[in-house]
Amino acid sequence: MIFAERKPLEEIVHSLNGYRRVLLVGCATCAAECAAGGEREVETLAPLLQLALENSGRPIEIATAMLEKQCEWEFVEEIAERVRGADAVLSLACGIGVQALAERYADIPVIPGVNTSALTMREELGVWASRCAACGDCLVGETFGLCPIARCAKSLLNGPCGGTRKDGKCEVDPEIDCVWNLIVERAASRGQLDTLRQNRSPKDWSNSGHGGPKRVVRQEMRL
Amino acid sequence: MKPYSGSNLEKVLAAGHFAVTAEVGPPRGPDREAMKNKAVLVKGIADAYNVTDNQTAVVRMSSIAASKLLIDEGLEPVMQMVCRDRNRIALQSDLLGASALGIRNCLCLSGDHQVAGASGKLKGHPGAKNVYDVDSVQLLSILRGLRDEGLQQGGDSIEPNAPLFIGAAWTPLATPEEFRTLRLAKKVDAGADFIQTQAVYDVDRFARAVRRAEDMGLTERVAVLAGIIVPTSAGMLRYMDANVPGVEVPSALIERMQTAADRKAEGIKIALELVEAVRAIPGISGVHLQAIEAEHLLPEVAEAAGLLPRPLVA
Repeated sequence: MIFAERKPLEEIVHSLNGYRRVLLVGCATCAAECAAGGEREVETLAPLLQLALENSGRPIEIATAMLEKQCEWEFVEEIAERVRGADAVLSLACGIGVQALAERYADIPVIPGVNTSALTMREELGVWASRCAACGDCLVGETFGLCPIARCAKSLLNGPCGGTRKDGKCEVDPEIDCVWNLIVERAASRGQLDTLRQNRSPKDWSNSGHGGPKRVVRQEMRL
Repeated sequence: MKPYSGSNLEKVLAAGHFAVTAEVGPPRGPDREAMKNKAVLVKGIADAYNVTDNQTAVVRMSSIAASKLLIDEGLEPVMQMVCRDRNRIALQSDLLGASALGIRNCLCLSGDHQVAGASGKLKGHPGAKNVYDVDSVQLLSILRGLRDEGLQQGGDSIEPNAPLFIGAAWTPLATPEEFRTLRLAKKVDAGADFIQTQAVYDVDRFARAVRRAEDMGLTERVAVLAGIIVPTSAGMLRYMDANVPGVEVPSALIERMQTAADRKAEGIKIALELVEAVRAIPGISGVHLQAIEAEHLLPEVAEAAGLLPRPLVA
């Protein structure tokens, strides 16, 4: 899923400066799964903001709405009426959802309430971790199902740097596994350590964001 | 090994001498004199001098400029180059510039992640964006392409080829230890001519790792220089053992430093013993001497270890 975390309350309060009627919009897809912008977070945040702004002498009216997916036009359309009554929209969806609202409702400000930071999976309850970096050239078939682009702090392609801790964690964060240590363990358990001997050439990054913004047209799917 | 880069280090190794490199860290300011003073301090004790590239992710004078300052003082630099800060375009451009300035040795490294910030002693730039367009193994292959094929990584030709003696690092005792020999093999396959290892304190474990490399035929293909860091206190040894991946310090050594009446003398004595011990390991071609923030100790160590004078090879 696309992973996002709510911005600090003070930052959101600050960004709402000058607005009187704000529509707070959540998203029931990724942002809900990572507990940043689902229904619960929307309903919790609204009174917090109301209180904080009241206390700072800037009373504000906050209405709330939930969209099934903030990144699809058909869902975005559902709040058209309600947006009309607001002078700003606060979105708790990922960066894609925020921009969808901003594009559809271009005549009022749309403010992000979360920071979108990674493509993760929920490893266990309350724990999310990177799995993909959208590099545009998937290689996990050769790295025993583990992605070194997303999960190595240096995106190394030819094995671990010298910074693997004794316990197999990354030098950057003692809580994060050195993914190359995991790759080596998995290769060894399959008796295939030697397959990692082959050197991987510099990667072609052009199918990721480094090649410019992605835009894909599939003619057969167009109306 | 036939010398081809014009590097003194390469010639010394090719002639069969036990090589010595040392480390000269560039200053945290545009201080030409500071670099010169360090050069004067260590001149003559090594065949070539590593110039670090923003180590621990703290901004310092560039390794390319500092390397040139060493050349001006009559020292041969080993320019370190990390993959953290430059993409393949900038790396190659800097390599061509370095070559034009007379820099002949380059050590290819992944580089400390920008969160390192001098292990918390300085602010550093933890909010920086890193690059890692290529990794250290790929950087080695890029250097080899510039030198042997006269080709840039993208396939465009250069004229003339860049004469480089290509170095890499090896941390044989880091986790996952069973992969570290393969990692060395990958670096040798990619083009490494010489290796500088992580600091050695546990000689027996290190010797076993070198033996594994020897068994794979790697020490025939690459000159391995064992890393020696002069201990200056028991605390420093304890810190490295606990916090520096791949550095294993036997407790007996820590004990020796702890109980020594003269710590400086004991540290030098330990360094001498380490030099002697690694020298006896088949497949070890030299030592890489370091004294963290105590470079003034290096001449004494080199002298006492019988490494001086350094050979002059035509």
